[in-house]
Amino acid sequence: MIQRMEAAPPELGRLRNVALIVGIIGAALTALGAVLDTRQFFFSYLIGYVLWTGVAVGSLGLLMVHHVAGGAWTLVIRRILEAATRTIPLMLVLFIPIAFGIHQLYEWSHEEAMAANELLQHKAPYLNVSFFLARFAVYFIVWLVLAYLLNKWSAEQDAQAETRALEGRMQRISGPGLILFFLTVTFAVFDLIMSLDPEWYSTIFGLIMATAWGMSAFAFAVTIFIYLRQTEPLRAVVLPAHLHDLGKFMLMFVMLWSYLSFSQFLLIWSGNLPEEIPWYLRRMSGGWQYVSLGLVLFQFAFPFLLLLSRDIKRNPRRLVAIALFLLAVRWLDVVWLVAPEAHREEYRSAFHLHWLDLVAPLGIGGLWIAFFAWQLGRRPLLPRHDTLLEKAFHPAHH
Amino acid sequence: MAHTEQERPEIYGVIAEFETPTELVEAARRTRAAGYRHVDAFSPYPIEELNEALAIRRTRLPILIFLGGLIGGLSGYLLLYYTSAIDYPINVGGRPFNSWPSFVPITFEMTVLFAAFSAFLGMLGRNGLPRPYHPVFNVPRFELASRDRFFLLIEATDPKFDREETAGFLWGLNAREVFEVEP
Repeated sequence: MIQRMEAAPPELGRLRNVALIVGIIGAALTALGAVLDTRQFFFSYLIGYVLWTGVAVGSLGLLMVHHVAGGAWTLVIRRILEAATRTIPLMLVLFIPIAFGIHQLYEWSHEEAMAANELLQHKAPYLNVSFFLARFAVYFIVWLVLAYLLNKWSAEQDAQAETRALEGRMQRISGPGLILFFLTVTFAVFDLIMSLDPEWYSTIFGLIMATAWGMSAFAFAVTIFIYLRQTEPLRAVVLPAHLHDLGKFMLMFVMLWSYLSFSQFLLIWSGNLPEEIPWYLRRMSGGWQYVSLGLVLFQFAFPFLLLLSRDIKRNPRRLVAIALFLLAVRWLDVVWLVAPEAHREEYRSAFHLHWLDLVAPLGIGGLWIAFFAWQLGRRPLLPRHDTLLEKAFHPAHH
Repeated sequence: MAHTEQERPEIYGVIAEFETPTELVEAARRTRAAGYRHVDAFSPYPIEELNEALAIRRTRLPILIFLGGLIGGLSGYLLLYYTSAIDYPINVGGRPFNSWPSFVPITFEMTVLFAAFSAFLGMLGRNGLPRPYHPVFNVPRFELASRDRFFLLIEATDPKFDREETAGFLWGLNAREVFEVEP
């Protein structure tokens, strides 16, 4: 259907340049912040790192869901997801400051803190620096291998007329890949976020974060898709029906995140156990309770009610506004997860928002988006020979 | 099927059979453009463009469902509040009698249940279902509408309806066949 091979649209170049400028300024300010307040720098950096790793790794999960389920309507954002998974090597490089910040960030890395607490002594075989780094090596190997193979086969699709064999291969690796995805994401967020309070544990936390990362990745992909909708070759496929489907999927993420987050809260509230409740007590006092309420309103109630509307889902401007709003709320959510632990006392934490909490995510995000836009421009925006593509042009007669 | 008898009984309308959904949508669009208003279409599965082609108004059912959900949620919460805080309060681990977090799951379930009931019953009510008899059933091939054929009906009540002319018009839309529908 699409005969011509288009060069990357100029919109993409503009996005890359703006992102690069924001990224460089943000990175410079973050480096300044690192000199001024090293401890604060690491916590703010962790916020930015978790937020953007979520978009990159979440895209890998969504891509594999697409390959397993095989829908024409996710095909239209597949190249965007693929470009996002090609940024995982960048996330590996950006992990280096986290590795240097382990002692600043994580109480369990201090021998004397571990020795003083009997509960933590039992966790020591898991919570120690060398095993922490070894685990991240495993997570990154899994993510990089899956992203490499899926991108390689997808690129080969463009060179062949008959791509069923490649599609079968991508589908077969995505099933086991999704199992690995959920395992690695679960343990990665346990390590990055949950272990900030080494006594706290919640088994559902991995699933909450996998959903949240999926939401970040999906909101980002929808934003880029709508931003590029007027350019070739997307112009031919962007129909209200696609936007409608993408909007429904976004609603699903909002509901699933709310459902899982409330489940975690309800279980901890009902159990009322001394190792579990301080994590919530810190977020229900000292000013953080307003942020908690804000998350209920802005990551659940508000987008939930808006996305129920059919007209909003089919209107590109409104849908992209909700997607951008959700990305902003994802930042607030990560701040809520990380920042109360930076100044924690046992049962409370005073609200404290440092300018670095905003600047570090912006800096990392700018660099990340610039890298992403460069990667996206290197391949056609649609897999031209995929057997599902014909269906993507005529979504009405499923 | 267009016989010419002298004394013919009144008919309900004229129905055309199509082989593909694309033909049906195109025919519906042209029928509407030709000025017909009392038009209905039948298909084995939903075709989204048909709503637009036939200019079918959006249903007000969502409002009913919203109200149903609201009533369900409120009654669920009130049931829990009445039983745990008024009628038979029990102190469980020092928690307040009105423990809203533990009431949320039931409130949610009742919202979904009542919304689903209002959707199902409201849909039946507004569609006029169940309906054991409808004149289109008199067309023997109409049962294919639940298999692989697509039908477009122009009712005799349409101001523009004319037995011969309307049938001829439908033939002109690439219909596979055109039938008269007995009342």
